[in-house]
Amino acid sequence: MKEFKGKVLCLDRSDINTDEIIPAKYLTEIEKIAMKPHLLEDLTLDSFSPEKDLKDIGVILTRENFGCGSSREHAPWALEVNGIYVVIAQSFARIFRQNMYNCGMLAIDLPREKIDSVFEFCRQGETIVSVDIETSKIQVESRGRSLELLFTISEFDKALVRSGGWVEYADKNY
Amino acid sequence: MGKTITEKIFKAHLVDKPFGDVSVLRLDRVFCHEITTPTAIQDLAARGKDRVFDPDKIKAVIDHVSPAKDSKTAMQGKILRQWAQRHKIKDFFDIGNNGVCHAIFPEKGFVRPGLTIIMGDSHTCTHGAFGAFAAGVGTTDLEVGILKGVCTFKKPETYRIEIKGTLSQGVYAKDIILEVIRQISVDGATNMIIEFAGNVVDEMNMDQRMTISNMAVEAGATSGICQPDMTTVKYLWPFIKDEFKSPEAALEEYSRFSSDADAVYAKKTTIDVSLLEPLTTFGYKPDNVRPVSRMKGTRVDQVYIGSCTNGRIEDLRIAAEVIKGKKIKDSVRGIVSPATPWIFSQALEEGLIKIFMDAGFCVTNPTCGACLGMSNGVLARGEVAAATTNRNFNGRMGKGGMVHLMSPATAAATAIQGEITNSSLFVNQEKHHERI
Ligand code: SF4
Repeated sequence: MKEFKGKVLCLDRSDINTDEIIPAKYLTEIEKIAMKPHLLEDLTLDSFSPEKDLKDIGVILTRENFGCGSSREHAPWALEVNGIYVVIAQSFARIFRQNMYNCGMLAIDLPREKIDSVFEFCRQGETIVSVDIETSKIQVESRGRSLELLFTISEFDKALVRSGGWVEYADKNY
Repeated sequence: MGKTITEKIFKAHLVDKPFGDVSVLRLDRVFCHEITTPTAIQDLAARGKDRVFDPDKIKAVIDHVSPAKDSKTAMQGKILRQWAQRHKIKDFFDIGNNGVCHAIFPEKGFVRPGLTIIMGDSHTCTHGAFGAFAAGVGTTDLEVGILKGVCTFKKPETYRIEIKGTLSQGVYAKDIILEVIRQISVDGATNMIIEFAGNVVDEMNMDQRMTISNMAVEAGATSGICQPDMTTVKYLWPFIKDEFKSPEAALEEYSRFSSDADAVYAKKTTIDVSLLEPLTTFGYKPDNVRPVSRMKGTRVDQVYIGSCTNGRIEDLRIAAEVIKGKKIKDSVRGIVSPATPWIFSQALEEGLIKIFMDAGFCVTNPTCGACLGMSNGVLARGEVAAATTNRNFNGRMGKGGMVHLMSPATAAATAIQGEITNSSLFVNQEKHHERI
């Protein structure tokens, strides 16, 4: 199982699509690692710079309908090869969400107020989030302040995450 | 309570119900092509799991860019080719024997009623024409399919679309599916399986059923499916004649997978196609559909006849009938791409290739090519294509290009005129008035 802890990158926008996460021109890449330098390359968001802002990030915090657009799994892979194993959003596009769990990663949805409160933390300064799937708890920490949030995750998604994704789960169980 | 065909197929293939409404199904076929499979192959290898569940149930083809156009596509082909050799996948179709996946696999008899099929390709729903459950999947699901022969699906909800009436001459399966998508919209069947029914579907041949099933995904559906009947059996007979003592016996067996009269559907609709006229798309979404008559005068730079939607022999016959003895407009680049080598040689034998060439068409080897804007006829910025394909997304056939989807008859007529127009085969124009 992956470790779900890291510095938060705030993307304060809804409907960030898979083309923004990883542009279609990299779909011909055969190795996942080739996507590493291109994550969020085409994201339309003021003051965001992929070179600067992606450094040491482990968690993305965003708004509604994250991962909409084409169903490509290159989107979670581009996150994975950059060490980002958690996305917390108000909502997700269905296939993107499933693709995250299939890769053994977390796509956690939280209600608006909770999302707002994490954004609030991030505005204060560098914020670290850690997620424990066994207790369904998210720990948010920034400048000595901390916040605990509960989230829901289905048993199947939990099993996928524990196994490290659907390939490992299926190989073990079927 | 009755069951739908899809529910019956699910029941017959259920391996596990690990949690909630997730079903793990046993797969009868895993189809592979060189764009999506190499990533799966490399990832399996990286995990130390370079294995296949059953080489006889895996079928692979190099079709999307063939012959390879650059080093990258050459490498994709190479990875697939070496993997097929390494795992003794005997049904592997390489250059010379290759054709568009959703045309060649049915043609080889690999698709049968009641089977479960996955492929890393969204138009895998085509194979539902045979009464199989066939769905496009992402790379991780493809990996698991290759490795273990299983795949998870949510409980199948079915949208039954009954197509009834009498089709006018010059109106085809493509026009019907465009009308279906227009009516229910691009997400009208999201997470559902479209079951095509009604007298019009019953009267269709397999090529036509493949055309409508092919575009089920453009209405958001997981898959499309048609009930197996004598038409299905007759198409398959050369492949199954040793398994059954008669076509009737085969039909009886396959009828196990027919929807019950009292099956429960998530949604139902009936579409009467009696007054339908030839249709085309006008925007970047497959539900931006209008009668061809209302798009008259739209100039095109390229006409493309081919793809897994409409690159089969019947499509070429219809297009050739429109083209015969005529020349395509000087300003138009005409491309015909027979979907498989068999279709190509059959078209040669019937004199269709000559008709296209005499009219000024370029005839390419079987490949997806221009359909996905990767090779063999990519559009330049600002160019317009009339195409018999299935996707008109922005940039689909080349960045900055516009694609109008239509039937082979309309595409052929459009090539001659240089602008979108109805074909001479569409005769009953008077009785149609603007309905849309
Ligand atoms: S012909 Fe077009 S739609 Fe069909 S499989 Fe090839 S690329 Fe996809």
